[in-house]
Amino acid sequence: MTDAQPAAAPAPSTEPMVELTGVHKWYEKFHVLKDINLRVARGERIVICGPSGSGKSTMIRCINRLEAHQQGRIMVDGTELTDDLKNIERIRCEVGMVFQHFNLFPHLTVLENCALAPIWVRRTPRKEAEEIAMKYLERVRIPDQAKKYPGQLSGGQQQRVAIARSLCMRPKVMLFDEPTSALDPEMIKEVLDVMVGLADTGMTMLCVTHEMGFAKTVANRVIFMDKGQIVEENEPEAFFNHPQHERTKLFLSQILNH
Amino acid sequence: MASSAPVLPDLPPPAASTGALGWLRRNLFDSPLNSALTLLVIYMLYLLVPPFVKWAFIDADWKGTKHEDCSRVGACWVFVRVHLNQFFYGFYPAVQQWRVNAALGLLVLLMAPLFVKGFPGKPWLALGTIFGYPVAAFYLLLGGRFGLAYVETSNWGGLSLTLVIAVVGMVAALPLGILLALGRRATHMPVLKALCVVFIEIVRGVPLITVLFMSSVMLPFFLPEGLNFDKLLRALIGVMMFASAYMAEVVRGGLQGVPKGQYEAAAALGLGFWRSTFLVTLPQALKLVIPGIVNTFIGLFKDTSLVLIIGLFDLLGTIQAANSDASWLGFSTEGYVFAACVYWVFCFSMSRYSQRLEKRLQTGHKH
Amino acid sequence: MTPSKPPFWNDPKVRAIVFQVLVSAGVIAVGVYLVRNLLHNLEVRGISTGFGFLHNRAGFAVNLTLIPYDEDSSYGRTFVVGLLNTLLVSGLGIFFATILGFVVGIARLSRNWLVATLASAYVETFRNLPLLVQILFWYFAVFLNLPPPTEAIHLGHSAFLTLRGLYLPWPEPEPGFGWTLGAFVVSVGAVVFLVRWARRRQELTGRIFPSFFASIAILVLVPLVVFFATGSPLEWSKPELDGFNFTGGVAVIPELAALLLALSVYTAAFIAEIVRAGILSVSHGQTEAAGALGLSRARTLRLVVIPQAMRVTIPPLTSQYLNLTKNSSLATAIGYPDLVSLFAGTTLNQTGQAVEVMSMTMAVYLVISLVISLLMNWFNARMALVER
Repeated sequence: MTDAQPAAAPAPSTEPMVELTGVHKWYEKFHVLKDINLRVARGERIVICGPSGSGKSTMIRCINRLEAHQQGRIMVDGTELTDDLKNIERIRCEVGMVFQHFNLFPHLTVLENCALAPIWVRRTPRKEAEEIAMKYLERVRIPDQAKKYPGQLSGGQQQRVAIARSLCMRPKVMLFDEPTSALDPEMIKEVLDVMVGLADTGMTMLCVTHEMGFAKTVANRVIFMDKGQIVEENEPEAFFNHPQHERTKLFLSQILNH
Repeated sequence: MASSAPVLPDLPPPAASTGALGWLRRNLFDSPLNSALTLLVIYMLYLLVPPFVKWAFIDADWKGTKHEDCSRVGACWVFVRVHLNQFFYGFYPAVQQWRVNAALGLLVLLMAPLFVKGFPGKPWLALGTIFGYPVAAFYLLLGGRFGLAYVETSNWGGLSLTLVIAVVGMVAALPLGILLALGRRATHMPVLKALCVVFIEIVRGVPLITVLFMSSVMLPFFLPEGLNFDKLLRALIGVMMFASAYMAEVVRGGLQGVPKGQYEAAAALGLGFWRSTFLVTLPQALKLVIPGIVNTFIGLFKDTSLVLIIGLFDLLGTIQAANSDASWLGFSTEGYVFAACVYWVFCFSMSRYSQRLEKRLQTGHKH
Repeated sequence: MTPSKPPFWNDPKVRAIVFQVLVSAGVIAVGVYLVRNLLHNLEVRGISTGFGFLHNRAGFAVNLTLIPYDEDSSYGRTFVVGLLNTLLVSGLGIFFATILGFVVGIARLSRNWLVATLASAYVETFRNLPLLVQILFWYFAVFLNLPPPTEAIHLGHSAFLTLRGLYLPWPEPEPGFGWTLGAFVVSVGAVVFLVRWARRRQELTGRIFPSFFASIAILVLVPLVVFFATGSPLEWSKPELDGFNFTGGVAVIPELAALLLALSVYTAAFIAEIVRAGILSVSHGQTEAAGALGLSRARTLRLVVIPQAMRVTIPPLTSQYLNLTKNSSLATAIGYPDLVSLFAGTTLNQTGQAVEVMSMTMAVYLVISLVISLLMNWFNARMALVER
C-alpha cells in the first residue's frame, strides 16, 4: 500500500456534492434505511463499512437511483433526486458506479464497453470517444487489452476496465460497491492502487468496502452503518483508534483481528 | 468530529406502499400503461369466463343415460359418463377389465418407491422395472397363457392403450437411446458413428406421422410373405424408433456433461470401456438429464395421440369414435374438452414434477 | 526406438476395425434380406417400382391449390401442390407463432400481476395439451359449427366467417400499380442509405439522428403518395353472397384456418418460454450497469440486453420453427391437403408405391431440417461470446 499522503481536497465550494437528509427506505415491510443524514463535500473521500445487511450498499445505490427512497431528500450536485426521469438521467451522467461483480458487457470489446456511454449519452463522435477510452484505459494500466473481450480477462483486469468505463463519462462522484469483494486476493492490490490513484486526482468518492488499509490511506471520513442507520462517523485516525460506540467496537474487533 | 446514535426502532412503511392497496398499486396500477392493461384484461375475463362457467357447470347435464337426457343449453356430460368405460378400456371385454387394472396397479406399485426419498436399491428397482415389467404386462394384457383368455390387440383402446404405448415406447427408448448415444460418441469407429448419426438425424428430422406411416404401411413389405404383424406392434415399433432417437440426444447431452476427469479416473483405475461406462459415467450422465428424460416422456405421452391417424383407438381415438356414434351426434365439444382435461392433468403434473426435480438436482450440483 | 506393436488381437485399432466390419456386414446382410423381401412382395402384389408413376394421372381434386391443378394433373404435380401447401401453412404458422410467442413471453415478465399470470396460464395450458387435440377441437368443435354462408358472421364490412371458410377481400392491382411498387423499392433503397448516412454522421459528429422513425415514415409515406398520385390503381375483390355461396375475394378453407390456429397457438406457448428464458438469462447487473452509465431504458434494451438475449434465444427458436413445420403434417387428421395428406396419403393409397412415396416425403422434411440446422450452426459460430 502506498504511503503517500492523500492529496489535499481542492478548495471546496460550500455546496456539498452529495446530500442525504432524513432518508428512509423500506423493502416491503422491512425498514432498511433509517433516518440517514449525510453531507459529502466536493473532493471528499468517504469509506462506508458495516456488517452485511446494514444497508450500506442500499444507501449508495439510492444516490444514483438504482434504488428509490420513500422518505427524505437526496441532492446530487444541486439537483434533487426524485422520480423525474430527466433528473435521474442527468444525475447518472455525473455519478459513476463500480459494481462488485464488474458487470462488463460481454458481447462488446473492452474499448467498446468504455466508449458506449459517451457515444450514446454524451453524443461524442466515435473517434473522440475511443481516444477518451484509451486515455482512461492507460490510466488504469491496461491499454493493451483494448481489443479483447471481457471473458478473456482476469477478475482484477475486468474491474479495472469497469473503473475506466465509469470514468469515461467524466463523473463528478464515483460510487464503489464492494469493488474488491469478488476478487482473488492477489488481484485486490491492483484495483486498490487504481482507486488510490483516482483519489489523488481529487475525485469525490463514496466507497463501500472492507479494505481498512485503503480507508486509512485515502479516506477523509469513515462511516459505520448498522441495521440501517449511520452509527458513527469520524476521521480514520479517530475512528480506528478511538471508536465511540459499542457496536463500532464490536465490528472493528471482528474485522481487524482475523 | 465524532457522532454516535442510539438504536432507532423499526418504523412501519408509509401506508400507500403496503397492504392490499399497496400491492394493487405496485402490481396492477403502477403506470398509466399498466392501469390500462389491467382494465383491458379484466374486461376480457369478464367476457370469456362467465359464459364458459355457465356452459360447463351451471347449465350442464350430469345425470342420465340416454341422448334425450341432454338439453342442448349447457354441456352434456352425460355423453362422457356413458362412454367413460370405453374411454378408459377401449373395447376390452368387460369381464377381463380387471387385468388392465392389475397391469396398471403393478406399474404404480413398482414406480412408487422411486419417488420415496432414501428408498434402498433404487437403481436395481428401476432396472428390474424396465426389463421385467413389459414382459409381465404383455402377458397380463394379451393373455393366451397362464389361464388368461386371449384378448386381441384390436380390442385394446382408450386411456389404457395410451398408457401402454407411452410406457412401452419409453421403456424401449431408454436402452436403445443409450446404445445410440454411445455409438454416436465412438469417434474411433467412424462407420459405427456414421450409422448412429444417420439413424438419429433421419428419425429426428421427419415428422412422427411419417415414421408411423412407414412402420404401419411399409413394414409388412419388408417381411417374408405370410408373416403378419399385429397392428399395435407396428405402431409400437414406430414409436420406439422415434422415442429412442430423441432419447439418444438427451443421453448424449448428459454424457457430454460428465466432467472429463471422471472418464480419466475410471480409465486410470483400469476399468475397460463397458465397465467404466456402466459403473461410472452413465449413472452420472443419466442423473444429469433426468429432467430431460421426463420431458421426453411428456412429449411422448402427447404424441401417442397420433396413433389415431393410423387406425388405433387410443384415448383421443375412442373419443373421436364416440363423436361419430350415430346416437350421440353433436357433442364433439364435450368430448374434446374431456380429452383436453385428461391430457392436461397428466402432462401438467408431470411437468411440475420435472421442474421440481430440476430445482432439486441443480442445488445439489453447485460446483 | 519405436515401441513394439501388440499382438494384433489386442491392438485397439485392429479391434475397432474388426468390430466395424462385423457391424457393417450385419447391417448389409439385414438390408439385403429386407430388400429381397420387399421386391418379392411388390412383385406378388403387382405393384411397380420406380418413379414413373409421377407422370400418371392423379384423378382426384384438391380443395386448395396454389398452382393450377385439376383431376388430369399428374402425381408429380400433386407432390408440388402438397409441398406448396405445407410451406404455406408452415410459413404463416411461423409468422403468427413468433408474434404471439414474443408478446406472451414479454407479458410473462410484466410487472403487472394480472398480465403476467394470464400469460403464464396461457403457456401452461397450451403446452400441456397434445397438438392433435387442439387441431381437432378447433376444426370439429369450432369451425364446423359455424353458420352456413347464408347466415355468415360479419367481420367488419367485407369479411365473413362461415362453415365453408373465412372469406376475405383480396387486392387486385390495376395497370398503374407498378409505379407504387417501384416507389416502394426506391424507398427501401433510400432507407438503407439513410441508415448508413446517419450512422456515419454519428461516428463523426456524435449527433444522433432518429433514423428508425424516419425510415418508417419514408417506407409508408412515399409509396402512399405515389399510389394516390397515380389514381389509386387498386381494386378489391370483395366476397359477395351469390346463391348459397360466396364468390370473389379469397377463401380460407376451415381446414387451413383450424390447422393454422392450432399450430400458432401451440408453438407460441413454447416460443414464449424461450423468449422469457432469453431475457432472464441476461443478468440484472447488466441492466444496472447500463443504467448507471446514464443509458435510457430503450437504449439499454437495444444495445445491451437484446444482443445478449438473442444469442440464447435463436437456437431453441429455430428448433421450434422446425417442430412447427413437422407438426404441420398433422393436417392429415382433418383433411388439409398438405404434403403428407396428399402424397403419403391419397397418392400412396392409389399407387401402392409406398417406398418411393415415403422416401420422397421424408426427403423433403430432411432437406428442410438440414438447411435450418446448417443455418443455425453458422449463426451459433458467428455469435458465440469470445471467452478465455
